[in-house]
Amino acid sequence: MTEGPANLPVSSDLEVRIRKRFPHPDGTFHLNVHFRVKSGFTILFGPSGAGKTTVLDCIAGLSSPDEGRITIAGDDLVDSERKLNVPAWKRRIGYVLQDLALFPHLTAEQNVAFGIHDLPFAERRRRSREILRTFRVEQLHGRYIGEISGGERQRVALARTLITEPRALLLDEPLAALDRRTKSHIVEDLRSWNRAHNVPILYVTHSREEVFALGEQAIVLDAGRIVAQGPPHEVMRAPRLETVAQLLGVENLFDAVVIGMHEDRGTITCRLNRGPVELETPLVHAKIGSKLRLGIRAGDLLLATEIPHGLSARNIVPGKIRKLEQRDVIVSVLVDCSGIEFEAHLTLAARESLHLSEGKNVWIVVKTYSCHLMSA
Amino acid sequence: MNWPAFWLTVRLAAIVSSLLLVIGIPIAHWVTYSRWRWKFLVDALVALPIVLPPTVLGFYVLMALGSRSPIGRWWESLTGHTLAFTFEGLVIGSLIYSLPFAVQPFAAAFSGVDPRLLRASASLGQSPIRTFLRVVLPLSKTGLVTGFALSFAHTLGEFGVVLMVGGNIPGVTRTISIDIYDRVQAAEYSAANTTALILLVVSFLILSMVYGINRRAWTMGAWK
Repeated sequence: MTEGPANLPVSSDLEVRIRKRFPHPDGTFHLNVHFRVKSGFTILFGPSGAGKTTVLDCIAGLSSPDEGRITIAGDDLVDSERKLNVPAWKRRIGYVLQDLALFPHLTAEQNVAFGIHDLPFAERRRRSREILRTFRVEQLHGRYIGEISGGERQRVALARTLITEPRALLLDEPLAALDRRTKSHIVEDLRSWNRAHNVPILYVTHSREEVFALGEQAIVLDAGRIVAQGPPHEVMRAPRLETVAQLLGVENLFDAVVIGMHEDRGTITCRLNRGPVELETPLVHAKIGSKLRLGIRAGDLLLATEIPHGLSARNIVPGKIRKLEQRDVIVSVLVDCSGIEFEAHLTLAARESLHLSEGKNVWIVVKTYSCHLMSA
Repeated sequence: MNWPAFWLTVRLAAIVSSLLLVIGIPIAHWVTYSRWRWKFLVDALVALPIVLPPTVLGFYVLMALGSRSPIGRWWESLTGHTLAFTFEGLVIGSLIYSLPFAVQPFAAAFSGVDPRLLRASASLGQSPIRTFLRVVLPLSKTGLVTGFALSFAHTLGEFGVVLMVGGNIPGVTRTISIDIYDRVQAAEYSAANTTALILLVVSFLILSMVYGINRRAWTMGAWK
């Protein structure tokens, strides 16, 4: 397939269309992706082994696709038809890896100034001090990498990449090891840096929390293919594909059969796992008897210790608590509803005030729009 | 103690190990990063002086330097004398003789540098040459010192190659190991003993230093 001339008004967009196959313990791995990233944060999300890092390596020039084309701001980096493959060091693509790869024989400031070696000393010093200040680590300039903390290293690594004024920024889980507060501070600093530079930032993560916290756009990658793409709330809140649902950690996944259509109120009724439990769910393109998959996030389930009334929620299912388990700051509750098990997540405070214990009778409340239908 | 022979030997070792620093680094670089399928042949060639009898090596070097070989003739047309039985000839013979003692520690150090650092350097806009100079070399300092010291010590004690290529000309090619041999031939055991002891002590000190810096690098990390 041939492409027309590049769009003339030069945008800062990064466009990636690559295929790559390589041997893998579970057979040959095929990577086949095509996406376009505008300036701002785009999250590349997927389980480990989905090919996220390979995509970044191809963009950075540390790995070569078998075929395809990679363009940044109208400039070709890779074009297999023209046998073009710009070497990594000429690409001006910033790449920060999870393990950071800071130079152990250099101080924080020397690390940061590494990529602007051609500038005169005074200019180098001015710029590196300035960017260390932007990332709030200027006091560390004389320290060696072995002498500074994890969070500080992440900041130094970001500063070292950003000082080279890259045309795009690739971040391979650089903040994965940090606590939430440190992470959000660094992200804020990164955002303010990008307000001035306006480059595409491709941020790889496998944490769904980060997808919502950071992304203006999200791309979901699974087994070398893009399975969903769009704003995070669309991609993540209404999973249409089961792979997405599993990646997102939708805890409750059931086989469902459509037993009633209610076009007038925009809902359908589904029976779960051929059991007695029926749920009213949003209307989808289906027929009576259609087999679907139904997903509900554990955090979307409400528990009541008496039959609730006066609720807008359409689904109220009686059951019995089978198991209570505290995980970090949430309580996971397994509720047996006539042989169908639901997992609900509550806060510690909710467990206390409801006096929940194993064996107690409860009612599960499910909003219609918390039910996500997927093709089986 | 034959001081002229001692200083001649030290001069030879210093020149040879310095030259090996210059020649050995590109060879070690190539050996470390080349993906050529026949690279193992080059590895074997570099290591050959370790196992080859010095007389064999010396014999071929002598042939190569003599006035019947192209190299020898070229040198003769340039300087008016042959390379054989000169100090320069000794330097060439010793370079080959001590090559693996420089190249192998260099190559080991280069391949010990974390490849992620090389990737980081490339993505920061540094060409492969610059990455090598700014990342690989500084992080290979211990290996460079080791290679320098080992080739120095190895050249100090060489005998067979020197005898074949240089002969035994006082002040020109008579090194201490040959001096020791001469003394023993002349039954001057006490003089031989003095020189031998000095060689023993110097070699031991150099090796102690090599093992010392490598141990420190091992216990503390190459860089703290």
